Amino acid sequence: MVERQGIRGLVAHLILWVGIAVVAFPVYLAFVASTQDAASIANGQMSLLPGGHFLETYTRTIFVGTSGSTREPVGVMLFNSLVMALVIALGKIAISILSAYAIVYFRFPFRMWIFWMIFITLMLPVEVRIYPTYKIAADLNMLDSYAGLTLPLIASATATLLFRQFFMTVPDELLEASRIDGAGPLRFFWDTLLPLSRTNIAALFVILFIYGWNQYLWPLLITTRDDMQTIVIGIRKMITTSDALTEWPMVMATAVLAMLPPVLVVIVMQRLFVHGLVETEK
Amino acid sequence: MSNVTLRNVRKTYPGGVEAIKGIDFAVDDGQFCVLVGPSGCGKSTLLRMVAGLETITKGEIDIGGRVVNDIEPADRDIAMVFQNYALYPHMSVYNNMAYGLRNRGMPKPEIDTRVREAARILEIGALLERKPRQLSGGQRQRVAMGRAIVRQPKVFLFDEPLSNLDAKLRIAMRVEIRKLQRRLNTTSIYVTHDQLEAMTLADILVVMNGGMVEQIGNPLEVYRKPASTFVASFIGAPPMNLITLDADEIRAQFSGDARANTEAGILGIRPEDLLISTEAAASGGLSLDLVVDAIERVGAETFVYGARARHGEPAISARPGELPPGEVIVRVPGQNAPAVGERIMVTAPRERLHLFSADGRRRIDL
Ligand SMILES: Nc1ncnc2c1ncn2[C@@H]1O[C@H](COP(=O)(O)OP(=O)(O)OP(=O)(O)O)[C@@H](O)[C@H]1O
Ligand SMILES: [Mg+2]
Repeated sequence: MVERQGIRGLVAHLILWVGIAVVAFPVYLAFVASTQDAASIANGQMSLLPGGHFLETYTRTIFVGTSGSTREPVGVMLFNSLVMALVIALGKIAISILSAYAIVYFRFPFRMWIFWMIFITLMLPVEVRIYPTYKIAADLNMLDSYAGLTLPLIASATATLLFRQFFMTVPDELLEASRIDGAGPLRFFWDTLLPLSRTNIAALFVILFIYGWNQYLWPLLITTRDDMQTIVIGIRKMITTSDALTEWPMVMATAVLAMLPPVLVVIVMQRLFVHGLVETEK
Repeated sequence: MSNVTLRNVRKTYPGGVEAIKGIDFAVDDGQFCVLVGPSGCGKSTLLRMVAGLETITKGEIDIGGRVVNDIEPADRDIAMVFQNYALYPHMSVYNNMAYGLRNRGMPKPEIDTRVREAARILEIGALLERKPRQLSGGQRQRVAMGRAIVRQPKVFLFDEPLSNLDAKLRIAMRVEIRKLQRRLNTTSIYVTHDQLEAMTLADILVVMNGGMVEQIGNPLEVYRKPASTFVASFIGAPPMNLITLDADEIRAQFSGDARANTEAGILGIRPEDLLISTEAAASGGLSLDLVVDAIERVGAETFVYGARARHGEPAISARPGELPPGEVIVRVPGQNAPAVGERIMVTAPRERLHLFSADGRRRIDL
């Protein structure tokens, strides 16, 4: 490309590279910081090349935790975050695909009414309904539990809408052929609709996993116990007001660790898409 | 026994559209029945009612001596081939055919035998592991047929199965469907709007119009004795010439026949029954003076379009798809035809003439 478009291509590439550098540099810096010793960061003499404390910092971060502010190792936080992100992503997909199935394929009273109800909840993100949601979670004894972390975030209008639109593009004849082939509603869902939705499910999973992983406000409210903390909250708590007490290498190591699972999910899913393991079949 | 009987079947869609307005007919065991009619006349609706995909508002549908009104499609012992084939896109050809059998709990070896036998008959044995999207239109069509065959149903239902194929393949598959049906001897109901398909496939032809049956019968019988002008112009291509019997010079030819004089309002002659000739037809026959205004040569035959000379009125098209009033088509075998502008006389013997009541709804046999 560069050869063919000459100078203009070169300029375009240059701009792109600058863009990448701007985005990637802080990430690189975080990694570098996580491999240096705390003192050199604190007094502002951090080198731009990785230091020699990689293994030491990361083992301590994952298995021991910081000495002061949070008493849990980051491994626990990672686990909590993972549970939360997975349950939210899978739960959202399961609930929304089922409700979309009901709305598209079954005639029941107030069908459209229910659909619009779901649709309207789109306008009420967690932050808007946070007080009543918290109240309910507290009354149901869900504080400091995985149920409390995940259940209130599972209902999903966006995903329902997405599946509804997809189901409407599936030809009616497939349902009719299934009926003639003796497949009841559940069989049709399981044998035909679900496999056809694989691409949508995979794409949604990526989005929803990251959504769940990055939750901040809700876990902050619902968890008080240290062993229920998610990693995003953990990072926040590691940073104490006095700069000197903050163990910056470990904070940075935690930040790097917090980035890894979402990146991994994207890469793995990307592979699946590229290798045609999940592909559109229509 | 797997005959299909419809008794006063009606269908009103929820929106209030009356799609089927009372239909009675019976298809005997092993017969090939073709439903034909213009778009929107209710063919698909009727077929889907037999399949159980559409509820029956009124009347009864009976398959093999059992009223199936309230029976699920899967339990009606039918198989259907859809216009767009409706193959399961994520299943291999093999699984597409086996799916229905598995759902019925058939043992694996038997499924395998049936699928392989069907694949052999349809010559798709090499494609069994492919997905539908890796197949050509014609191959998909075969798989759809295969899915129907493996069930060994009492009745095959086809809804325009060939309309997505190109002209050549359509003819090949048409012949093949007919052969297959003869071989399996399975009662079949086939929907099409192509009159050629209808004529060539049918044991019995059901011509539908506006949710009602216009005529039922053996296809050649329908061709020879159309019951109404609708059937007359629908069956046969190019369509039958229909001439209003207002001109005295035509009416005069039926002077001997009282009914023709009083009841008949429309005269029909098929293009292939008209003969270019130099002398007037024998008594009772029809002679028309035409001025040739267009010629269509298709090789084996030539269509001559002529305006009725003595009428002299200009040729104005009445409705799209219809001949202008006074225009007559003559089918001439071979490639010899008069020149445009030439005056010709065409004749038809009396026994080839069709008479209909003035509203076109009733045939008058002389
Ligand atoms: N689901 C439906 N709801 C309401 N009206 C319908 C429905 N399906 C079909 N109709 C109407 O019923 C009539 C018959 O439709 P049908 O599909 O049976 O026609 P068809 O003879 O198969 O036509 P084509 O040759 O175009 O397929 C049409 O007037 C159509 O508009
Ligand atoms: Mg139709």
